[in-house]
Amino acid sequence: MSADAAIVGRPVQVYEPYRSGLPPLVPYVKNLWRRRHFAIELSRASMRAAHTDTVFGQLWLVINPLLNACVYFLLVNIINGGTRGPDFFIHLIAGLFVFNFLQNSLTQGAESVTKGGNLVLNTSFPLLLLPYATMRTSFYRFLPSMGIYVVLFAGLEYFGPRTQKCNAAGACVDLNTLHFSWIQLLAIPVFAFIWLYVAGLTTFMAALTVYFRDTTQFLPYATRIWLYLSPVLYYADQMKPWMTKFEMFNPLYPILGLWGDVIARGQLPHASWWIATVAWGLGSFAVGTLYFLSRERDFAVRL
Amino acid sequence: MSEEDEVIITPSQRTVVDEVAVSVQDVCITYRTTFEKRPTLKQAVMRAGRGKRQVKTVEAVKNVSFDVPRGTVLGIIGHNGAGKSTLMRAIAGIIPPTAGRIEVTGRTSTLLALGVGFNPDLTGLENVLLGGLAAGLSKEEIETRFDEIAAFADIGDFIELPMRTYSSGMAARLAFAVSMHMDPDILLIDEALSTGDAAFKEKATAKLRELVDNSSTMLLISHALATVRSMCNEVIWLDHGQMKMRGEPDAVLDTYIEAMHVKKTAAVMNDF
Repeated sequence: MSADAAIVGRPVQVYEPYRSGLPPLVPYVKNLWRRRHFAIELSRASMRAAHTDTVFGQLWLVINPLLNACVYFLLVNIINGGTRGPDFFIHLIAGLFVFNFLQNSLTQGAESVTKGGNLVLNTSFPLLLLPYATMRTSFYRFLPSMGIYVVLFAGLEYFGPRTQKCNAAGACVDLNTLHFSWIQLLAIPVFAFIWLYVAGLTTFMAALTVYFRDTTQFLPYATRIWLYLSPVLYYADQMKPWMTKFEMFNPLYPILGLWGDVIARGQLPHASWWIATVAWGLGSFAVGTLYFLSRERDFAVRL
Repeated sequence: MSEEDEVIITPSQRTVVDEVAVSVQDVCITYRTTFEKRPTLKQAVMRAGRGKRQVKTVEAVKNVSFDVPRGTVLGIIGHNGAGKSTLMRAIAGIIPPTAGRIEVTGRTSTLLALGVGFNPDLTGLENVLLGGLAAGLSKEEIETRFDEIAAFADIGDFIELPMRTYSSGMAARLAFAVSMHMDPDILLIDEALSTGDAAFKEKATAKLRELVDNSSTMLLISHALATVRSMCNEVIWLDHGQMKMRGEPDAVLDTYIEAMHVKKTAAVMNDF
């Protein structure tokens, strides 16, 4: 350590008690941004470890959601007596792919802090980076499924059956209502709010898992029930009226309703779904982040 | 510091001499933790019926104040659970203090008891990269040090293998190599010399000695009192979270050893 090195500006860190239980937010966010490469590398490395970067690994990312969707399509079609057409298949995969994104983020993200083990105990860094790294990973796993979506949509639009089904009164419905529309591009801003919603939930679960390690065991059941309660395996308007009453408590009802309308049907949904999606997105992000930050000090002594 | 003020020195020298690397001001650290190794919701629900709480409040550090001038090697001694590690983690910025203030000038590198690898599925180098990025270094800064780190750790091809394949000694070697090669302004070492085989221990001690001779700033927690005596130029004795004594290594260590001895004898006496 030479004398010259000693006088050039060294960073001065001041550690003081948190006011109102939260770390000072502006420096925290700056620090978060400065160390973003950690989250990026962590996500890359875990994808490498899971072989997501190999050809077969990538292929699996495409095949897995597709097989999953086929299983549900078959199931729903059997229950409904085989009346489901390609437009329903598109509705199903649109919802299912986003739901998979949510499920992956939650199950991986819930473990992100507890798995951070030694690093959390030994290094001072904004721990929000840990759940964010898993958010990045699950986003990269989600992207290929959107590729399949576009390909399938284009295929079914072009080759799909165009049979008309008429009832006794003579009213006919075109079973294939798929066609590309500019409205589908709205899926990008809609997804941004879905991301915010999922990020909030994931950070919340990541913090909660520090206190209750068995959260990860309950999660698969909880998410599965949530899937069945949400308009993925059926259309929102097929719900019984008594069920719709409860759906105001289910954030995925407006969120997936909006997502499906925009990306699968190319139609503009009612304003209430927009408002609800934006509100759930911002609300969840704020609550999840604040809960995580208020608990972050504890993590180093609780792991 | 007062005698330095009398001497006329150039401003640049003055910065070196006077600069305080770590300033701990009336710091208290209290935290709540649980008895359970792995707290679960299931246990919490089962316990709720009995109205028991498994949370305890630990007052790990109580009103401790000291300054560490740049170039000092400060030893921290005390019984198990005296708050040494907690204090060091507060200086590293991992646990914010409950009261008081800590000022750290310069970048710290920690070599804490738990080592470097955090994700057993990733290779040694990946773990080193991630640890460095989390600590705020850039990817380039870390990658230029990869060769030195690998050479110093001397674990051969294992550096490219997942860390779950490492023995505890290998992990310790890597951890030591990393913290030494990150060019920290302040090095925080917690019981790091207790691991590794004899050859590596010698190498590690030599490296530390080199840093001491280059007047690096270092905070060293150790139960190996001989190491503390030979390396440190100041020692703090923590007892149940409070600073019991501070001063020259010989003076503090002798008092400490005597106190431990008395305690031991008293315990022996109680047996009769």
